[in-house]
Amino acid sequence: MLGQNEQGIKKRMEGRVLLNKILMVLFFLATTVGLVFLVLLFYRVLTQGIGYLNWNFITSFPAPYPEKAGLWAGVMGSIFLMLIVAVFAVIVGVSTAIYLEEYAKQNKFTDFIRVNIQNLAGVPSIVFGLLGLTFFVYMFNFGYTLIAGGLTMALLILPVIVVSAQEAIRSVPSEIKEASYGMGASKWQTIARVILPASIPGILTGTIIALSRAIGETAPLIIVGAATAIFTLPDSLLAKYTVMPIQIYNWTGRPQEEWQYVAGAGIIVLLAILLLMNSIAVIIRNKYQRRL
Amino acid sequence: MKNFKSLALMLAFILVVGVLAACGGSNSDEEATDNSGGESSGDSGSEEVSGPVAIDGSSTVFPIMENLVYTYSQEQPEVNATVNSSGSGGGFKKSTKGEIDLSNASREIKEEEMAQAEENDVQLEPLTLAYDGLSVVVSAENDFVDQLSIEQLKQIFLDSSEATKWSDINPEWPDETIKIFSPGHDSGTFDYFNEVILEENPMKEGENTTLSEDDNVLVRGIENDPNAIGFFGYAYYAENKDALKVLGIQDGEDAEAVKPSGDTIQSGEYTPLSRPLFTYVNVNAYKEKAQVRDFVEYTLNNAGKAAEEVGYVALPDEKYQEQLDTVKSWAE
Repeated sequence: MLGQNEQGIKKRMEGRVLLNKILMVLFFLATTVGLVFLVLLFYRVLTQGIGYLNWNFITSFPAPYPEKAGLWAGVMGSIFLMLIVAVFAVIVGVSTAIYLEEYAKQNKFTDFIRVNIQNLAGVPSIVFGLLGLTFFVYMFNFGYTLIAGGLTMALLILPVIVVSAQEAIRSVPSEIKEASYGMGASKWQTIARVILPASIPGILTGTIIALSRAIGETAPLIIVGAATAIFTLPDSLLAKYTVMPIQIYNWTGRPQEEWQYVAGAGIIVLLAILLLMNSIAVIIRNKYQRRL
Repeated sequence: MKNFKSLALMLAFILVVGVLAACGGSNSDEEATDNSGGESSGDSGSEEVSGPVAIDGSSTVFPIMENLVYTYSQEQPEVNATVNSSGSGGGFKKSTKGEIDLSNASREIKEEEMAQAEENDVQLEPLTLAYDGLSVVVSAENDFVDQLSIEQLKQIFLDSSEATKWSDINPEWPDETIKIFSPGHDSGTFDYFNEVILEENPMKEGENTTLSEDDNVLVRGIENDPNAIGFFGYAYYAENKDALKVLGIQDGEDAEAVKPSGDTIQSGEYTPLSRPLFTYVNVNAYKEKAQVRDFVEYTLNNAGKAAEEVGYVALPDEKYQEQLDTVKSWAE
């Protein structure tokens, strides 16, 4: 009687253990799909581009000859653009999140704003390009300049930053907040000294993801008039500019085979700058995480 | 208290936007002085000029322009020329508003674009920079077709034609479905083919037709499929001669089929698919800005060499000279 029962349990257990094993393998395979394609991408880009990648490539302006062509205008353009985007999108985005989470009354209107910001994150980038063309290029009269491109891109990534900053602010334990109020701190004092420092890691993660998206975007920038070939660096907010993805896109479309390799070298530089940007942000994030 | 804070936030935001907008205003002044500075430094080609030259338009013409701007910037480092490539139509959108100085195009300006320019008091004049031979190609693995007449091209590409298999075009050809590869409907290349071969009638669409804005995608698609046919600029054929076979085009019943090559394109023998590549000059900008004047003259002196370097066909020398004379007469 007892033996039979034990056998029954064993049998059922075997089934569950087996299912667990199968699922583990499946989940592992799912993880490798992303990894395999990432390795393939790196392999292809590296083997194609490495031959054209040298210091001259990074520091030269565009040229009609593959050996002389360079990415400098794109590198500097992208960096300047990202500075504008980061400053503008983080200030406005975090302010929005603070307002929505801490100040706004919980009513239908606030809910409406929230839902719309989340929807905005899914709007195709080309639509933001048209928005930027209408407002920044024409209405504000910026023309086809760095600041118009930067503000357009800032709008593009704003929803992502707002949503991630909201999540980060919401996840600050209410005990800490209440303790701060209990000590007699005002709302703003609590936000500035308790909530923001505690939510900075989360905000930074969102910002990194958002900026990584922005640095690879081409479509909206073509619409707001980023140049394809330019032989000067932007010297003011109202200068003409180009960015790395536009240059790379242009090279991939050329008929001559060498340009594909130049494009490969461009992609390596783009990836390197992206990784550099991410690791700086990760370092900052870790520093704040330890402090809490 | 709460209300006051949100008000302050709002005000700060408006202030930022306002300051930025003010910057926008001051820049146009700056540009204006830049231009007049350029003008005063004289109009002869050898003298130093400075200031911006804004160029946009066809991505087909882009390589020629990039080449010219690159060599020009070594002679005139103070001139800040930028080339965009937002397509023939995209270029005309800006040039008809007078926003740019040169508008590259792989087709002629359309009537409605011309009307737009007139409305804005902009005068645009075309310059021919080079020729391109729109090449109709099949895979190198295709062993049955060497030439096609205009009628046959229509049968293959027109939506109204019943032919879907090679054997429908010529009974001796295999009973296989024709796979069409064509540039996208926004490109000037498609516009040109549409105009001279299809005569503005709709092209076949659906599962056997592939459209792409990237001509390299078309090349890859055609080279691996013996039943595929497609068309694109001559440079894309010239770079992939091993994998592709270019077809002779027979214009008219008794005419001999002609294949595109440097010679047949330049002489006009390869017809009707030889097409001119243009840049449209904003005549006012040419008159008012010394750097635009200087660059346009430089362009006409060097376009032939630039075109050949990037895979297009140069005009006969005297044609550039003729255009140079016309251009110079605008300033008078």
